Amino acid sequence: MALEPILTARGLVKRYGRVTALDHADFDLYPGEILAVIGDNGAGKSSMIKAISGAITPDEGEIKLEGQPVHFRSPIEARSAGIETVYQNLALSPALSIADNMFLGREIRKPGVMGQWFRKLDRTAMEKFARDKLSELGLMTIQNINQAVETLSGGQRQGVAVARAAAFGSKVIILDEPTAALGVKESRRVLELILDVRRRGIPIVLISHNMPHVFEVADRIHIHRLGRRLTVINPKDYTMSDAVAFMTGAKLPAEAIAA
Amino acid sequence: MSETSTVPQGAQPSQGSQPSQEFEKVLTGSATQVASFDTHDKTPIQKFQHFLHGSPSAVPLIVLVLSVAVFGIILGGKFFSAFTMTLILQQVAIVGIVGAAQTLVILTAGIDLSVGAIMVLSSVVMGQFTFRYGLPPSLAVLCGLACGALCGYINGLLVARMKLPPFIVTLGMWQIILASNFLYSANETIRSQDISAQAPLLQFFGNNIRFGGAVFTYGVIAMVLLVALLWYVLNHTAWGRHVYAVGDDPDAAELAGVNVKRMLISVYTLSGLICALAGWALIGRIGSVSPTAGQFANIESITAVVIGGLSLFGGRGSILGMIFGALIVGVFSLGLRLIGTDPQWTYLLIGVLIISAVAIDQWIRKVAG
Repeated sequence: MALEPILTARGLVKRYGRVTALDHADFDLYPGEILAVIGDNGAGKSSMIKAISGAITPDEGEIKLEGQPVHFRSPIEARSAGIETVYQNLALSPALSIADNMFLGREIRKPGVMGQWFRKLDRTAMEKFARDKLSELGLMTIQNINQAVETLSGGQRQGVAVARAAAFGSKVIILDEPTAALGVKESRRVLELILDVRRRGIPIVLISHNMPHVFEVADRIHIHRLGRRLTVINPKDYTMSDAVAFMTGAKLPAEAIAA
Repeated sequence: MSETSTVPQGAQPSQGSQPSQEFEKVLTGSATQVASFDTHDKTPIQKFQHFLHGSPSAVPLIVLVLSVAVFGIILGGKFFSAFTMTLILQQVAIVGIVGAAQTLVILTAGIDLSVGAIMVLSSVVMGQFTFRYGLPPSLAVLCGLACGALCGYINGLLVARMKLPPFIVTLGMWQIILASNFLYSANETIRSQDISAQAPLLQFFGNNIRFGGAVFTYGVIAMVLLVALLWYVLNHTAWGRHVYAVGDDPDAAELAGVNVKRMLISVYTLSGLICALAGWALIGRIGSVSPTAGQFANIESITAVVIGGLSLFGGRGSILGMIFGALIVGVFSLGLRLIGTDPQWTYLLIGVLIISAVAIDQWIRKVAG
């Protein structure tokens, strides 16, 4: 593939006091792929993802989006650059409606005097957009777009959070443990959502501890160990036991031995 | 790879994502419904619970209508006159305005114990700036409003930047502002005659419009307009939705793109400004500028908010509920006074109402569980 990576990171370093969470970590995401990021607890994968999504600022290193260097100081900045993150806690407001949640922080105002002077929100436009996005992702079982998010099941909430990211994430979508809190059936639903999003051409970074899920949907697997990228493997060439062996240090990948 | 699918996928599992795990094979045989929202087979009580969940100000409105009806039946024309009805409005005007400020703060999961103190200090500033320094009344009123907004801003800074609990911040500010108020005013009341002779603008909200027996003071009209304006802002502007989001789950709101600190500071500042407005209306209501007036405004405003069905945990409820809550208290106090009972019965019943309101709130919330 002669494709250029859409998102790259080189030599990321992040220290918390004496602890080095990221030790010259590298990262590459190619257009249209699902890249899984796996690693032991404390390997620094969440620090790396937070650096990419703007939640932390790395001490050293460089992040490039479409070849341009970027320096995010907050998740909001990363978001406006087209990187959407679905956090493990989903970041939804339970008492607000589905439509309100999808547009939180980027509301549409009515055109003309009502919007400009009275700051009136365009409810109709927001509800229509939200409904369209949810049906695109096959979530039309949600009947009422004005339903409070707290009345939805765990899987539906996850669906709303993924739909929000898919609707606004123009360049990259990051999913942090999207199936960790879900049952078998709801997990399946979310995996389908992820594949749907990829089919629409948006690359996805998937952080998960669930090996079967990772091996099922990922195109490439980034294995993080001791604060840096150990290797990137193709799930078709390796077994789950290999991946676990790499990430726990029981075995070294071929290229690492060669190098 | 970049094949786009704009066609709605429906609830069917899409191609290429057949269950890959052995244990998931059985899923193909499972029910295809992801979730259903059973709107048909519900008992009337469940339907009612859902209705109340969707319209949080319905409970206080029902209680208000019932209490007006009951007092009307007991007292007849003495209670059901335009004069009595509008008298209730006049009596709740101050609590209603302060309650609006309290509503904003409580919606962000905070609490403001300093509302009454800010109100009194602002009214004292308006009076003293006019009479001690000889400022034109209009300028003195502006200074009073600025003073209220500043007090609120300090509350907001301490809550948002220093991350101190709102209860502690406003408990401290309550004492600080009240003490400053007594120190500054030297515990001196400005008499009503002096105000009406030299600075009638300070008593502006005491003016009224009469329709037959009905008396609407400007203070009542200000309360109604303020609540209507805030209702619009809370429900139809991004700022208003963010107030709810911040109260609901501040971390989620922050990640979703709401500037939580700026929201909290703006809410507390606006609350202080509204309290200053209440201070101006207070001069109209009692005629004089007294540093000892409005001692219980903080407790009364919290009572109105709680009876109005707003959750003290933030993010839930409507400002209309607050005004209904204030009116319920007003109807009970005046109704029981007209019946001629010991006024302690009023407090007893209000206590019962507060506890029932929170109990009902808990029951309604179970709809989500």
